[in-house]
Amino acid sequence: MLAALALVAVGLIAAYLTIGVQGGWDFVLPFRGRRVGAMVVVGAAVAAATVAFQTLTSNRILTPSIMGFDALFQAIATVTVFAFGQAAMLRLGTIGNFAISLAVMLGASLALFWSLLGGARRSLHLVLLVGVVLGTMLRSLTLMLQRLLDPDAFLVLQGRLFASFSGVNPTLLWVSAAVVCGAVTVLFALRRRLDVMTLGRETATALGVGYRATTLLVVTLVAILISTATALVGPITFFGLLVANLAYHLARTHRHAWTLPIAALLAVVVLVGGQIILEHGFGQRTLLSVIVEFLGGIVFLTLLIAEGRRR
Amino acid sequence: MSGMSGAACIETRELLKRYGQTVVIDGLSLRIPAGQVVSIIGANGAGKSTLLTMIARLLPASGGTVWIDGADVSSAKPDALARRLGILRQDNHLAVRLTVRELVTFGRYPHSKGRTTAEDVAAVDDALRFLDLEPLAGRYLDELSGGQRQRAFVAMVLAQDTEYILLDEPLNNLDLARASSMMGLIRRLARERGKTVISVLHDVNFASAWSDSIIALRAGRVVAQGPPASVITAEVLREVYGTEVAIVESGGQRLVDYFT
Ligand SMILES: Nc1ncnc2c1ncn2[C@@H]1O[C@H](COP(=O)(O)OP(=O)(O)OP(=O)(O)O)[C@@H](O)[C@H]1O
Ligand SMILES: [Mg+2]
Repeated sequence: MLAALALVAVGLIAAYLTIGVQGGWDFVLPFRGRRVGAMVVVGAAVAAATVAFQTLTSNRILTPSIMGFDALFQAIATVTVFAFGQAAMLRLGTIGNFAISLAVMLGASLALFWSLLGGARRSLHLVLLVGVVLGTMLRSLTLMLQRLLDPDAFLVLQGRLFASFSGVNPTLLWVSAAVVCGAVTVLFALRRRLDVMTLGRETATALGVGYRATTLLVVTLVAILISTATALVGPITFFGLLVANLAYHLARTHRHAWTLPIAALLAVVVLVGGQIILEHGFGQRTLLSVIVEFLGGIVFLTLLIAEGRRR
Repeated sequence: MSGMSGAACIETRELLKRYGQTVVIDGLSLRIPAGQVVSIIGANGAGKSTLLTMIARLLPASGGTVWIDGADVSSAKPDALARRLGILRQDNHLAVRLTVRELVTFGRYPHSKGRTTAEDVAAVDDALRFLDLEPLAGRYLDELSGGQRQRAFVAMVLAQDTEYILLDEPLNNLDLARASSMMGLIRRLARERGKTVISVLHDVNFASAWSDSIIALRAGRVVAQGPPASVITAEVLREVYGTEVAIVESGGQRLVDYFT
């Protein structure tokens, strides 16, 4: 299963790098290579974070985006433009924007997790509730500020409000790759403990797993992964739900030794495949999220219905 | 205030559980020596499950201390404790779909940390055999009857192979024959393997027939503790359950007739 998926992922990456290249290899290859690199980094980050998050919440329809990461990212960009003007945003440059977004998102989410999960029997669901409320507030604030912006400023801002893999800064790509690689490695090392966490707080405790310590560690890793991916390419958590559930479906087990890598590979397949369709099927005239969610949704529903018939 | 000497036992002192103003476990001091079959009886809401889950550190106490072999549970290392004490809870709900064997294998986690060895497989097989679950090992839990599922969760606790075993209503959902064989199994665990098994039981006749010692709880306090002969009396049971019963001697055992 893993090998087949890995093969598909590599095949798609090779296809993406080479389709329709006529001469000018030394220009096209690094350009497309950077995009693919960003897709692999972001795909692995969002997939692993979503699987881990769903394990902690014992819920297969929640994703970390419910905590309002996307909303926070958009609010940061909007407030920057609103308060300091579009010139400030441009002057900050890619690296400055990345650093600010990352710092604020990580700081806010960790402050939320650590303050609310600190108590003895505080539940993760309380944190989710607070996250949802804060996300909603941020979204309205963002909308309100955007109404007040002048059209030029809004145009500059709009470029940052949707996920985009083009024009990823190489330095930032390397930094993000290192961070994501580290966090995913730690999550994978925790895979057996995560398996026990699926049994719930009481049983996990009875089996000797420090539930609170593990929860804090895992939500911290999730925050790092999602913040980094979002700061790198924009609001991007949309495919987490899809790949996590497809992974459970394909893995036919809840063992994280399988679900984590399968979800990560699926994410790469979905993103690179979607990007190929976007560039060569639609000539860039739509959004990656639209393609991924629409086609991915059809695939997922087909699988579910086929499964329902077999039962 | 320290625990008992070095004696193998579970001990609580002034154990307290409060929800808001409601006191559920009321300054309970107990000593349960190792190697025995112990039953806890009491009416619904008496605090049996609360006591068990606090001993197993699944529920933080509002006051007081629990010692296991002289070590304070609240400061014990989680994984070390999981190799000394296992618990079957009254309600077992799982968010994931597991087979019987997968569930029982989780019981080995304190020893294997998830890297299942031949020794772990042997312990799992042993637990499955003990509970007559071998034919069902590959079945998913949601494809089992209530009694079969109950046995699967007991098997998981057995696979954990701990010195102390706490079972909250192990006879739940079991038919007459299975209930008897479960009690027989509990006795074998104590006699053959030297385990200490503490079970919450609702059927006082099972408690009377199979226990070395019985603890009777009422409203979070111990009403009586001792061998069946001293606890299974009309007076104690009246106090515990608030109802009149007759005690009949039959074949050297004290049985409770609660139909008349
Ligand atoms: N989370 C809670 N909040 C408030 N009260 C609680 C809570 N959990 C339990 N209680 C109360 O504590 C008391 C003891 O509950 P416990 O579950 O220990 O009873 P029990 O002896 O196991 O009863 P049963 O035979 O029905 O299982 C009950 O009165 C119950 O209502
Ligand atoms: Mg109970």
